[in-house]
Amino acid sequence: MRIMRTRAAAAAAGVGLALSLAACGEAGTDTATEGGDYEVAENAADNFDDGTKMKELAESGEVTIGVKYDQPGIGFKGATDDIPVGFDPEIGKILAASLGIPVDDITWKETISDNREPFLQEGEVDLVIASYSITDERRAIVGQAGPYYVTGQQLMVPADSDIDSLDDVKGTEVCSVTGSTSLDNIEAEGATPRGFDTYSECVDQVLNGTVDAMTTDGAILLGYVAEHPDDLKVVVDPFSEERYGVGYSKDSPEMCQWISDTINEAYDNGDWESAFKATLGESGVDTPEPPEFDACEA
Amino acid sequence: MSSSVLFDTPGPRTRARHRLYGVIGAVVLLALLGLIVWRMWETGQFAYELWEPFVTPAYIQVLLVDGLLKTLQMAFLSIIFAVVFGLVFGAGKLSDHSFVRWPCWLVVEFFRAVPLLLLIIFIFYAFGVGDGFGAYWSVVFGLTLYNGSVLAEVFRAGIQAVPHGQGEAAYAIGMRKTQVMTIVLLPQGVKIMLPAIISQCVVALKDTSLGYYITAPGLTFVGKQIYTEFGNQLQTVLVVASLYIASNLVLTWVATWVQHRLVGEKKQLEVSVVGAPSTGGEA
Amino acid sequence: MDDIANDPGLVLNAFWVTIQLAVLSGLASLVLGTLLAAMRVGPVAVLARFGTVYVSIVRNTPLLVIFVLVFIAAPTLDLLVKTPFLVKGVIALTIYTSAFVCEAIRAGINSVSLGQAEAARAIGLTFGATMTQVVLPQAFRATVPPLASVLIALAKNTSVAAAFGLAEATARMRGLTNNNADDRWLIFITFAIGYIIIVEIMSAGAISLERRWRVTR
Repeated sequence: MRIMRTRAAAAAAGVGLALSLAACGEAGTDTATEGGDYEVAENAADNFDDGTKMKELAESGEVTIGVKYDQPGIGFKGATDDIPVGFDPEIGKILAASLGIPVDDITWKETISDNREPFLQEGEVDLVIASYSITDERRAIVGQAGPYYVTGQQLMVPADSDIDSLDDVKGTEVCSVTGSTSLDNIEAEGATPRGFDTYSECVDQVLNGTVDAMTTDGAILLGYVAEHPDDLKVVVDPFSEERYGVGYSKDSPEMCQWISDTINEAYDNGDWESAFKATLGESGVDTPEPPEFDACEA
Repeated sequence: MSSSVLFDTPGPRTRARHRLYGVIGAVVLLALLGLIVWRMWETGQFAYELWEPFVTPAYIQVLLVDGLLKTLQMAFLSIIFAVVFGLVFGAGKLSDHSFVRWPCWLVVEFFRAVPLLLLIIFIFYAFGVGDGFGAYWSVVFGLTLYNGSVLAEVFRAGIQAVPHGQGEAAYAIGMRKTQVMTIVLLPQGVKIMLPAIISQCVVALKDTSLGYYITAPGLTFVGKQIYTEFGNQLQTVLVVASLYIASNLVLTWVATWVQHRLVGEKKQLEVSVVGAPSTGGEA
Repeated sequence: MDDIANDPGLVLNAFWVTIQLAVLSGLASLVLGTLLAAMRVGPVAVLARFGTVYVSIVRNTPLLVIFVLVFIAAPTLDLLVKTPFLVKGVIALTIYTSAFVCEAIRAGINSVSLGQAEAARAIGLTFGATMTQVVLPQAFRATVPPLASVLIALAKNTSVAAAFGLAEATARMRGLTNNNADDRWLIFITFAIGYIIIVEIMSAGAISLERRWRVTR
């Protein structure tokens, strides 16, 4: 039943073939619910002013959210899983719940690092929650509310590696995702960049000793260290500040305040903390202080 | 040339020498195979849990439905479109009017010279995302442009390979240009072109794998999901490669059978490919 | 745009990696492909069978899958772990391209008319002499056009290395597009022209070789 609805929704939204094809794989297994259950607002549409995007979404009863599918802890979906799991999808569920939309009516879309802005600009997704760092360049073309989580670029090396400062990476081979900012940054430090398609491929390259290190946001690295605590370690203090924000379209600036209010409420009622504990916190990290949101432009 | 002309019917000494070469060759190949199996054994690649996904119904279904079926669909659609594209631009390149010929030539040359992957990535970001047509159709259209351009060249060469007398005779009995093309030249040309078209189908099927870079569905993409989840890279590659090889062999076999039924054995078309990349069998 | 204009070296360096990959794997594929072709037409049944199987397996496997095998699956067997990335790229491209080189050369050998080999045999040349003195020189000429297209395809195929640790042209294009989404047309055209120049130089070389070597029959 759920799958039928998802498909009908996809067709209705005009998203077309790509999505309904993705839905094919969802047949067979039941919805895996991990993480918190969030209280779904009733008659949520009444809470929003006419003409706002939130009203539109609440009335339609469905929302499309772009998340990562290949980052354990942040956003991950296996080949036979129905829905992605991770901290970002949890934030998505919190936001959807405030619109009165239950988990089953959320359409998840995989975003990769270089299609997040186009996805928002063209309206293929309503929200992007995909380890999406807030930057001025991005804010020039899309809206970003947040941060709901702060991390920074770090290095992950084999447990017995000699690399323990940023100076040590000069002349080494460091893996990250092709075309990512992390890769540009580490190249600027004098390392040879080795771009792969996904982070998990990089992890394998570090584990089998093909490359010397891997670099990206600490939050992502922690997820992998949790999987291989004896073989890997994270070194170097964060040498950049990555403030994860929720991406929305510039056409609907009113969404910023709503995102900000909803997540601040989740800070207060413990939803944010339980989302963290169920996902990134699994790696044994303490739950950090929730970061303060940037003010929304009026 | 049959290779038997290249050497004498071997005498007993030569045969003994060939047997020796054969044994040495077999030993070297077996040693290589043995090395790989030994490495697999040493690194625990035969462990059941690494192969388990491929005997689990849910994953078999994902592999076949999300993987193989999508791959075949994308290949099929793009070949159909590519044939149309190829016919249009192939005819355009044969046009008597230079204002038709030149743009067609330019388009065909451009899409043959640009790497397909570059083309697919660009199509995806320029037109595929957002309200665009998505990753699936980005792959299909990328394949269409590339294979269509290759086929345009095949069609042009195929038409020109039809003996001149055929066209001249058709004009002599008063046919118009279009009639000459559609009634006389094209039907004969197609027979010559079929082998090249078949090998292009195999190329298209293999190239659907490039959709992996833009999260389009397909066999390679599903394979990546599986080895990301289970860490069974080698096993997944072997299974995925076997599926590609099997489908390509079946495709080639069916296409060749159809060709024999429809056309019979015919002299194959030799397209001169200098001055442009790739006709047969390359991607 | 800023990135391309400020740092044209970036684009040139990227194409330098592309060219290195193409030239090194081109040479390696010519050697391995010729060897395979010799196995396939030679008198030793085991080797001929191996050549046939190798070619039909490799020709029906996507290049991307071969890259995954070399870069991602082989290290799980502790193979190729410390091999430099460029070499691994060359290995993957050579495994693939040599099958096509083999087929192009075999087709060339088959195109040499039967009488040539018969005449060579008639004046008493051995298999080796027949091949090296009579058949192969003619076969290579007949092989120039198909070999050229195989090598041109190889130059374009180097783009597959983009997601396997090699900062070649397609990988750089992805990075630039990512940072300058508004200039994607310009970036695409720049890189497309780079590839077109490589392809056109190779075709021009092949055409002049073909003219010089044309067999007068």
